[in-house]
Amino acid sequence: MSAHVVEIGVFVALFVAVSVLGFVAARWRRPSSMEHLDEWGLGGRNFGSWITWFLIGGDLYTAYTFVAVPALIFGAGAAGFFAVPYTIVVYPMVFYVLLRLWSVSHVHGFVTPADFVRARFGSPSLALVVALTGIIATMPYIALQLVGIEAVLKTLGVTGHVPIIIAFVILAAYTYNSGLRAPALIAFVKDALIYLVVLVAVIWIPAKLGGWNVIFHAADATFAKTPNPGDGSLLAPASQLQYATLAFGSALALFLYPHSVTGVLASKDRGTIKRNMAALPAYSFLLGLLALLGYMAIAAGTKPLPTGATLTATDGTVIGPKTDGNTVIPLLFDQMFPHWFTGVAFAAVAIGALVPAAIMSIAAANLWTRNVYREYLRPDATPAQEARSSKIASLVVKLGALVAILALDPQFSIDLQLIGGVIILQTLPAVGLGLFTRWFHRGGLVAGWAAGMLAGGWMLWKVPQTVVTAGGPKVVREHFGGSAFKLGELGFDTTLTVYVGFLAVVVNLLVAVVATMGLRAGGVADGEDATRSGDYEADAGDPQVHGLDVHLPESIKQEPVQY
Amino acid sequence: MTDTPYEVTADRRASHALAWLLLVPVLLVAYPPLYNRSDPQLFGVPFFYWYQLAVIPVSVVCTAAVYRAGRRRRSGGSR
Repeated sequence: MSAHVVEIGVFVALFVAVSVLGFVAARWRRPSSMEHLDEWGLGGRNFGSWITWFLIGGDLYTAYTFVAVPALIFGAGAAGFFAVPYTIVVYPMVFYVLLRLWSVSHVHGFVTPADFVRARFGSPSLALVVALTGIIATMPYIALQLVGIEAVLKTLGVTGHVPIIIAFVILAAYTYNSGLRAPALIAFVKDALIYLVVLVAVIWIPAKLGGWNVIFHAADATFAKTPNPGDGSLLAPASQLQYATLAFGSALALFLYPHSVTGVLASKDRGTIKRNMAALPAYSFLLGLLALLGYMAIAAGTKPLPTGATLTATDGTVIGPKTDGNTVIPLLFDQMFPHWFTGVAFAAVAIGALVPAAIMSIAAANLWTRNVYREYLRPDATPAQEARSSKIASLVVKLGALVAILALDPQFSIDLQLIGGVIILQTLPAVGLGLFTRWFHRGGLVAGWAAGMLAGGWMLWKVPQTVVTAGGPKVVREHFGGSAFKLGELGFDTTLTVYVGFLAVVVNLLVAVVATMGLRAGGVADGEDATRSGDYEADAGDPQVHGLDVHLPESIKQEPVQY
Repeated sequence: MTDTPYEVTADRRASHALAWLLLVPVLLVAYPPLYNRSDPQLFGVPFFYWYQLAVIPVSVVCTAAVYRAGRRRRSGGSR
């Protein structure tokens, strides 16, 4: 550990500086009162282009991305590069879809996607389904951010649970105190650090290793030696469909996640979102470069740290020591950079975990408050009570994530995150398509959601995790081994694999369509639509986009509210 | 809810005329066999990688074009 004194010093100094910033954030663009969900949970709904760029960027490109995407490339090659087409596809889609959500939310004062569903389909139960799906999908995502911090700490030689508990207490305290303003302010620092580290890494490391040629040759040589035909610097023919559907499905899932919706709703007008959709791909470029760090680690001969456990096949064959792939990139930095810069890089990863973890917990807390607490527990809650409920819920959500990391195998969080992506996709018909059409019946949407959840769960259950050894492929886990579903399982005569979430949402849509037609034919009453077509195009400054005080109850309207 | 009519300004609708441009980057990456090859290389980087990185600026241009078209129509209108 003594070898890492400089790294740890720089790391701790940056971490402390950022934590101070988190607390100060409450005073930034200070509202007259924080006791309102629009303030605590959406930062006053008034973020301009720059803040939004940093906030959404900080939100979508997490610490986990930072360590896991290159680790995937390190282990499997080209298949890990799916993150690039995924982020290419996502912005045009967001541009088209979330813009409408922004407008309708500002006309009606919606804070969460479930708020929208409730008004659009006149169904608190459907809203509850959407809200719970969002909360459940977000929690493992928060836990994963801790996996990113843990990987860094492990590389530093810091073990034990105390450091991660300290990091989380700090995170919880300033989120409670400052709400969405904290991650928005910290995101500036986070992104500056990450840009610095990645740009230095992609210039410095290839130069040190002898150029891109050498790097890709080393990767090809390594993949050629492995017995696995599925890895390599190009996609295996059978995994091309998986590659495209995973990119597309992940993009759809991304903007259904409550935390991305929170980032978008906090911006002040449509122009802000549009400008950002053109500017955010700068991060995709960064992510692409970052992914290639995986190949650099191969060329540099980086070996991931062992977890201490042994990898054993289900038939009892011992394959070898288990390694923690997430430590590859921290180790590469440690190997390549001078000590002080390694400290900066590690701080970038850790701070990169705090921003999304804060936004995610705020988003989950808002869902709880708006669609469970106010809907079912306290219909007459005042804005101050709403804000307080959200603050407490954000603590509970983070505590849950912390316990999950400390008490359970980190692998469990990774599995849950995989499932999370599949289940959040099941809100696509209600939230995504609901923005464009009111054709679906509320009962049909619930039926489709249930069918999609079952189909997705079943397919994930059927995916084993296999390791290809010299003696042929060995199953190391029977279930929840990945998201690539073999079409052969459905009776098709093919080796093609496809992303589970993609198939599940197809099932969801089919059932929703059939059930809607059935319910209409049976004359079952449908909910009322509280939105109007013009609401979806409304912009700041339009008469129907009210100031923030319109949806406050009469009881507090008398008090002057100044924004 | 009573339907108070208000105008959806024509310029906002018109910006949708160019919205198909948003499909361009999506289509460029939708079919992996199109770019799943190593040649031609660029600075030693296989085609597969630099092609996908190159689509990123294309997507920026397309998105920016849709945004600007919407704005131009708006400022050129009666306002």
